[in-house]
Amino acid sequence: KSSVQTIGEEQIQNPYTELLVLKGHQDIVRFLVQIDDCRFASAGDDGIIFLWNAQTGEKLFELRGHTHKITAIAPFSSSDASEEKKHLILTASADRTVIVWDCTSGRQVQKVSCFHSTVKCLTVLQRLDVWLSGGNDLCVWNRKLDLLCKTSHLTDAGISALVELPKNCVAAAVGKELIIFRLITSDDGSEGWNVLEVKRLVDHQDNILSLVSVNDLTFVTGSHVGELIVWDALDWTKQASECNFWDSSVHPDVQPEIKLSQSPNETSVQHLTSDEECVFAAVGKGIYVYNLQMKRVIACQRTAHESSVLHIEKLPNRQLISCSEDGSVRIWELREKQQLPAEPVPTGFFNMWGFGRANKQANQAAKKTQENTPVYFLELVGDLIGHSSAVQMFLYFGELGLATCSADHLVILWKDGERESRLRSLTLFQKLAQNGDLQVKF
Amino acid sequence: MISAPDVVAFTREEELEDELCSEPPLPEEYSVPLFPFASHGANPWAKVAGSKFTRDFILISEFSEQVGPQPLLTIPDDAKVSGTFDLNYFSLRIMSVDYQASFVGHPPGSAYPKLNFVEDSKVVLGDSKEGAFAYVHHLTLYDLEARGFVRPFCMAYISADEHKIMQQFQELSVEFSKASECLKTGNRKAFANELEKKLKDLDYTRTVLHNETEIQKKANDKGYYTTQAIEKANELASVEKSIIEHQDLLKQIRSYPYRKLKESDFHPYEPECALDQANAGCDQDLTTSDLAEPGETHLYAHVPSYTPKLIKAKSAKCFDKKLKTLEELCDIYFFTQTLDQLHQIERTFRGDVCYLLTDQISRALLKQQSVTNFLFEDVSFLDEKPPEKQYRGCQGLSQDAVDRKCLEESPAPKVVISLGSYKSSVECVPIKMEQEIEDSQEPKMTDSVTFEHQENLDYLDADIKGSISSGESIEVLGTEKSASGLTKSESQASLPVSPSPQVGRSKVGSRRTVSEDSIEVLSTCPSESLIPEDFKASYPSAINEEPYVDDEEGGLRFIPKLNLDNADEREDVSKQENLVQVDSACCIGKESPNFLEPLPDLGQKPCDEDGVVRIPPQPYRQAEQGLHGSFGGFPSHDGISGGLLPYELDSRYLTGNREVSKSSLDECSDSMSYISSAASTCSDRTPSPAHPACQASERHKKKAGQNALRFIRQYPFAHPAIYSLLSGRTLIVLGEEEAIVKKLVTALSIFVPNCGVYAKPVKHWVTSPLHVVDFQKWKLIGLQRMVSPAGVNVLHALSRYSRYVSILDADSKTLRCPLYKGTLVSRLADHRTQIKRGSTYYMHVQSILTQLCSKAFLFTFCHHLHLPISEREPEESVVNRRMNFLKLQLGLANEDIKIVQYLAELLKLQYIQEPGRGVNPLLRFDYVPSFLYKI
Repeated sequence: KSSVQTIGEEQIQNPYTELLVLKGHQDIVRFLVQIDDCRFASAGDDGIIFLWNAQTGEKLFELRGHTHKITAIAPFSSSDASEEKKHLILTASADRTVIVWDCTSGRQVQKVSCFHSTVKCLTVLQRLDVWLSGGNDLCVWNRKLDLLCKTSHLTDAGISALVELPKNCVAAAVGKELIIFRLITSDDGSEGWNVLEVKRLVDHQDNILSLVSVNDLTFVTGSHVGELIVWDALDWTKQASECNFWDSSVHPDVQPEIKLSQSPNETSVQHLTSDEECVFAAVGKGIYVYNLQMKRVIACQRTAHESSVLHIEKLPNRQLISCSEDGSVRIWELREKQQLPAEPVPTGFFNMWGFGRANKQANQAAKKTQENTPVYFLELVGDLIGHSSAVQMFLYFGELGLATCSADHLVILWKDGERESRLRSLTLFQKLAQNGDLQVKF
Repeated sequence: MISAPDVVAFTREEELEDELCSEPPLPEEYSVPLFPFASHGANPWAKVAGSKFTRDFILISEFSEQVGPQPLLTIPDDAKVSGTFDLNYFSLRIMSVDYQASFVGHPPGSAYPKLNFVEDSKVVLGDSKEGAFAYVHHLTLYDLEARGFVRPFCMAYISADEHKIMQQFQELSVEFSKASECLKTGNRKAFANELEKKLKDLDYTRTVLHNETEIQKKANDKGYYTTQAIEKANELASVEKSIIEHQDLLKQIRSYPYRKLKESDFHPYEPECALDQANAGCDQDLTTSDLAEPGETHLYAHVPSYTPKLIKAKSAKCFDKKLKTLEELCDIYFFTQTLDQLHQIERTFRGDVCYLLTDQISRALLKQQSVTNFLFEDVSFLDEKPPEKQYRGCQGLSQDAVDRKCLEESPAPKVVISLGSYKSSVECVPIKMEQEIEDSQEPKMTDSVTFEHQENLDYLDADIKGSISSGESIEVLGTEKSASGLTKSESQASLPVSPSPQVGRSKVGSRRTVSEDSIEVLSTCPSESLIPEDFKASYPSAINEEPYVDDEEGGLRFIPKLNLDNADEREDVSKQENLVQVDSACCIGKESPNFLEPLPDLGQKPCDEDGVVRIPPQPYRQAEQGLHGSFGGFPSHDGISGGLLPYELDSRYLTGNREVSKSSLDECSDSMSYISSAASTCSDRTPSPAHPACQASERHKKKAGQNALRFIRQYPFAHPAIYSLLSGRTLIVLGEEEAIVKKLVTALSIFVPNCGVYAKPVKHWVTSPLHVVDFQKWKLIGLQRMVSPAGVNVLHALSRYSRYVSILDADSKTLRCPLYKGTLVSRLADHRTQIKRGSTYYMHVQSILTQLCSKAFLFTFCHHLHLPISEREPEESVVNRRMNFLKLQLGLANEDIKIVQYLAELLKLQYIQEPGRGVNPLLRFDYVPSFLYKI
């Protein structure tokens, strides 16, 4: 029996009452990237990139050019004030190429195929108008796709994550190490850049899986064994670290069975996201909220999903969305704990076949700490079930909805049914007026 | 479908009677008198007392020149149907009212036998003594061995219900015309074959005789002829005469206005090639200018090789010879087609007339509800034209065809086609006349004559236009412009201006032809009551032109817009009239009477290089429009925008007013004279309607209704299940037995709203695990329960997606679905319902669903329910207004609101759907708890 919290079928706070299945991919869809207010791109192991309209679910373009799976994707919009904004996307593939696509025309703008290894991450430094590709080495490119400079071969494993830091620096996660590079203008005075390795940080015990910048002063890394380290973005010193996500001694309310079933996989920090106050970490099956000021975990959901959480994101309204290998997407809300945890709502779930998650964890699994500090907990306010396989990623589009992509080759657009209904009415009456059917005929 | 379940529910059922008996009896004065025949176990709809046959049937009879009227076959071919009904006697009756008066043989002043291309006549006949009423369709078939080469036949639709015949007259006429045309086409084909054989025989005989004469001549050089030689010479002469006669006949049969068929979709036997050949022939014609029609020749060209035999010069017409059977008279392909068509007619008109009428009305009404009708109706069958609209459809089709062809083809064939669409009763006149005249000239004709022919085309053109405008005058009369009343007479008058002696006859001919379209109510019943006044007025005899004027007051409802069109057309008409008169005046001077060319020739000639004849394309187009207009009350194909149609129909169907219904009948009758004459043209074009499919769906409905009834009685939780379907929540019927599951799915499918105009979102049987995409696509799924590991997956998927589905377990008889507390479904599916029959229940469901649709329509299209009145109005007040409307105005309770909301969403999606793209399949759902229901 799993100990995952369930919400049942009555989800008052869940706005998503309409879904659109977007079909097109023939393999696992791994990436979703927002292009502008109403468009997004999806890419995955079939090497095809699709552009979608987030409002209508219409397939705008099908971008074919890669022969292998896509390994990284990044939006690359031009910042030229003179022209109208041009939306480009960069895609890197296992075929060792990077292609620049024009999102307006759906055409391939340019293709770079001089890589010696697969590019695993792409970062655009808007400020410098360059972009970086990270594979076995780090390359710096300008908008015209000229190679400006590159580092020497780093490792065979290659760079797994890149994040931009202040002062023209980038942090690259290379295996267990975190390497800080700095871009400096080249000596010959041309517009070229040179890249210099500034520092190597070797505080992690295991491979760094996630790397996220919190603000101009801080960035956070998470590793495979569950270490979370908060770094100073300016002098690259360790500000704080949390590596006891799995340690039951810190969390006295943890059930022993969880401890038993521990494995590195269960504690790896899969994904990190943050707002100004907190860092939200997807650790194994659970979600942890780490407060940067208090320098400790303020709330957690130890088994938020039945299997590894792959992606989490913070919404503006104190809500958090997570998706997992178990194929579900869950919406959480960070709440202050009352004296007693609220009794969960009876679900009325009739379990006909014995597959349901009947035994529900009554405990909201909030963390008990000192009495004088406010205690938070993550309340499950809704779940989205649609995918039949691991949900790799999702993209929050505000009121337009939520796009999720999955290993079942589908992209699902979740929408607020009320809003959609209203919009349809609007369209209907517009069309009526347009057709002239509004004139009453007697 | 709009139906009256209350009425139909009073069918004989034992249980019902029992219940009635158990109730305390009503006081005498309140009780309804019992149906007098109830004691015989009959319901009021069973049959009209006194008739000797059990149900309607079709009878084909012949007036045999040997034995007189005789019945040939009945459809259905079942002795039980006609019962004790005296077919022989009835054949005598129906054959005695043939008004065709088809004159065949040697007309005075002509040396050769003539064929008449006569129109069929349609008569309604009643025999109250026999309790039989019949729509009788007379037609003639050609037979070389028959007297005058024709054999009169008739097809009769015999029913015990007079009203059925009268009210369905138009539909019957259309359908029978189709069948008749099919039969006649086959007959002409067979006749031409026969003639060709005969000609070969004659040719052979002539050669033999000729040789013999030569031999005799050689042998006999004495300078005088022996009696033997004279005999031979006479025989030879008579053979030669016979050859000419037969050639002439062949030419006549080929000169049958085939353009009718050419543009039609009908003749499935040699559809395109005939046309191509005709065109090819046309091209040839430009060079050869030959009178013969290569195109038509090709039509009959593929005759199997035939070895001629010696025959007697004088063909024996004696009574001991066995006449050909109907099968032999007709090309076998067309014969079977005809029989199929007749069977179809029988099926179509089976049943009570109220049912037929209701069906027609509800179809017409449904067609108007273009916004909502897709929800619960099978829209595909609506595309099929109801019989009364058939002509319109045909016309549209033909016009499309014309337009298309006009684009593709040179002006010459264009004319052929355009003429074809004008076929009216009057048009037949020139054909007849022409044959009378032209054939007399035929032997003398050589290639040198062609010039004249070309010139004379002028006249022909005029002639045809005359007939067109005369056809139009019907419509013009309807616009209450007294001047237009003259149009007809004028235009017709333009015909006989020619001083040729044939004119008189042609006039007679024309009248006769027109009269063939007349409809007369004959009755053997002495009382007048059999002929309702309404019908007399509504089927005015075409001979008499006055009734049209009288009918003006009958409320020929012309829509203003149409009137405008008419005004334009009238101008065109008058223009044409001028043309006509000028042209005909030109012709007056012609001394040669052979100015009348067979119509088919026209099409192949107008491009002659002298350019004497240039038929401008415009007049014909306008004329065509005019014809549309001439449809009187019928909304013409392009004359009226779709928006006006509902009004039109409203007046016809919705108002119970007698006056209105009369006027609508008048409208029918006005167009009728055209329809009936043109039926042969247009009917050909319509491929046999999708009635078989209709029949199938009828059966399906019945079955579904029966199963649904059983489901409702059997399962106490039918309501929440039906609610699930109506609110768009996919219902899964889970079970091991495929048959049981499919039966349940069929039963429940009648409650499933369609998401688009395509097939119902119902999947009868699935064995693989379901996916979210499936719920998007299907709203009712039959799912196999398996014990194997694969089955576990199936169930796992079900429990995973449980929030999107309701699950009806057919094996354990449980239902897992959201709660339903509304009132709507209980009316829809009352387990204590008295309805016993599946089809009745189906209609009941349809009527309630139609109500529901109208609510959804109202809800969807009320602007303020969805959008704020002013910009500052908060969303909440709109929501409040919406809910108030649903609850108070529409009287919906609890979950019923969700049903209407779901239907409204479907309506919106359908309406805003872009034409090119399909409806975006989206899945709407609610987060509501489900409950488990058990028996």
